[in-house]
Amino acid sequence: MAELTEVTLDELRHLVSDRAIEGESVLLNMGPQHPSTHGVLRLLLELDGEQVINCIPDIGFLHTGIEKNMEAKTYIKAAVMTDRLDYLNTIGNNLVYCLAIEKLVDLDVPPRAQAIRVILTELQRIASHLVWLGTHALDLAAMSVFLYCFREREMILDILEMVGGQRMMTTYFRPGGLWRDVPVEFEDAVRQFLRIFPARIDEYEALLTKNPLFLERTRKIGVLTPQDALRWGVTGPTLRASGIAHDLRKFQPYSGYEQYKFDIPTQTDGDTYARYLVRMEEMRQSLRIVGQALDGLPFGAVISNNRKYVPPPRAELGTSMEALIHHFKLWTEGFLPPEGAVYVAVESPRGELGVYLESDGGAKPYRVYWRTPSFVNLQILPLLSKGHLVADLVALIGTIDIVLGDVDR
Amino acid sequence: MDNTLQAACDAIVERFSAEQSASRQQITLKLQPQNIVSACRTLRDEFDFEVLAGETAVDYWPQMAPRFHVIYLLLSLKQHARLTLRVPVEGSNPSLPSIEGVYPNANWHEREIWDMFGINFEGHPDMRRILMPNDWEGHPLRKDYPLGYEEVQYSFNFDEIDVRKPYAKG
Amino acid sequence: MGIEKKLGNMGVATVTLEQAVNWARTRAMWPMLFGLACCAIEMMSAQASNYDLSRFGMELMRASPRQSDLMIVAGRVSRKMAPVLRRLYDQMPDPKWVIAMGDCASCGGVFNNYAIVQGVDEVVPVDVYVAGCPPRPEALIHGIMTLHEKVRGEKIADWS
Repeated sequence: MAELTEVTLDELRHLVSDRAIEGESVLLNMGPQHPSTHGVLRLLLELDGEQVINCIPDIGFLHTGIEKNMEAKTYIKAAVMTDRLDYLNTIGNNLVYCLAIEKLVDLDVPPRAQAIRVILTELQRIASHLVWLGTHALDLAAMSVFLYCFREREMILDILEMVGGQRMMTTYFRPGGLWRDVPVEFEDAVRQFLRIFPARIDEYEALLTKNPLFLERTRKIGVLTPQDALRWGVTGPTLRASGIAHDLRKFQPYSGYEQYKFDIPTQTDGDTYARYLVRMEEMRQSLRIVGQALDGLPFGAVISNNRKYVPPPRAELGTSMEALIHHFKLWTEGFLPPEGAVYVAVESPRGELGVYLESDGGAKPYRVYWRTPSFVNLQILPLLSKGHLVADLVALIGTIDIVLGDVDR
Repeated sequence: MDNTLQAACDAIVERFSAEQSASRQQITLKLQPQNIVSACRTLRDEFDFEVLAGETAVDYWPQMAPRFHVIYLLLSLKQHARLTLRVPVEGSNPSLPSIEGVYPNANWHEREIWDMFGINFEGHPDMRRILMPNDWEGHPLRKDYPLGYEEVQYSFNFDEIDVRKPYAKG
Repeated sequence: MGIEKKLGNMGVATVTLEQAVNWARTRAMWPMLFGLACCAIEMMSAQASNYDLSRFGMELMRASPRQSDLMIVAGRVSRKMAPVLRRLYDQMPDPKWVIAMGDCASCGGVFNNYAIVQGVDEVVPVDVYVAGCPPRPEALIHGIMTLHEKVRGEKIADWS
């Protein structure tokens, strides 16, 4: 195991200003283990007193080698690893991987599966925004919001456990549809959630939205202009808070999103407060989508019939020889998609989450590249933090909403 | 395919002698390394491809030469379109010009490609490793780099692996 | 808990010094914030209102290693993070305990590759391993209570 290597000033000479080299400004390390960095993010700060002159992020402390590991497993076994990338949006990661495989092999997904996918993805979006709100408010010293948010999140995790067996890493979506149908109690549980949650959002807004302390710490902090946002490839609520109404659910709809009516919340200020307002409104819009999807939930199969890619149900194995042969082939070798490459992107709570999947005709993916929103969004941190105080830096890391599993993969 | 997207593809094919291919409704243009910066600049300024969605590389060793293909994923909000660019790069001392001047967010993407594949980008202001430790040797996502798989301890080989495993001392 | 049984009419209990010291150590063991990945979210859930950790005296998650007793390694440890982990462990004062939470900390988990340390016991000595990917908050609490049982059986001489 390697020893800790000290980073000398020479290695960073091209990044820090001359004042640091002369010793006039202070170089401070906001290390990988820090309560406010939302994970293992290391920031090298160049400070003039309390003001930040420059901020150099150092990432890679959670690098898991998922892309290389997925190349060594078959497509179905690799789906298990997708949950663990952006661990607050586990269902969304499953969704984009399954959509990529379905596009690669041209596999149909029945409408019931699409509707349930939409319901669970939007519930996961609400759960992710709740964690964001809880930790962001906790960093800005509003601790009770943290406890309230996690109370609601437990309700969503109970629903996920009911359908997928696990609270977070369900791997519930499979290529062609879902692993199995939702149980009978699912609809009641989701309706119960839809009944009580709008009042809870009002509760959070009552605590924060007009709170003068919160306004003081978030207004005019970290202003991002729309031109900068596009140049730096920023997507998601961070882009929408700067005024550009770009949402992949409307831009390139997937999984039946074109059937549902919802708005894309935008703000024009581009500061931390605007991003807060956008995410709160997004939670309300997600509730609308879940309600519409649940009302119009069609009956039918939950997974495709294409036995070349989808395993047959266990009941058929005792009676049909073809089913047994398909099961055997899928479990020993896995399915063999045709050669080619696709890029599919969905709207995760953080921005555009995309998978570039390339196949060489074999049973294992040849190259899986994850275009993760946090990796791209984190690049604007040095830009946003120039001129602000160290205390504002904590608010900025929270407002960009990064998840280190997404950044480091 | 959309008219404006078709016009953009035709312009790039004509000016930079690119090859166009389409699969599953997604267009890919294959370019040569020396043309990539001007092609990206043209696409950004004339045809409104404002956003670089992603940049990565694929290693085709040993089946194909040139060994690496660098992939650029471009997104246009105005035209409602996506475009993929592919640039083949030689295997020994791979290097190509950086597009960080055209799309600033290529900075970290290209550092990651250097880290994972060993492809150098000329003109990049800060070519350092980003995901692996600074003193790591090798480029992990190349096909000739081993996975680093450690033998799993089952009950029949538990003791033999236990002897070799480095446990920490308090 | 044996102490209450010994309380007589006078409200005086006699115990050995070891029992008293270990009882005090288990009742307010302050964990150090070492949430790395997905297990950190379940650790936060265990700390929040539904599965409350503060009933064990542990709601104070100290960020500084100098002020904490327990390091819950929650999440996957990459090769870049391993020296940092060791340094933070060395900075904790005695007595200190380590819980390896989750499969990645116990044995490398799903990830058997170049980037992840295969089990955090290659870096720091571990007292309790909690299995799960991620373990439920109840599983983490069970792990903490197992650690409390282990601490109650310790001798003072172990830490001197």
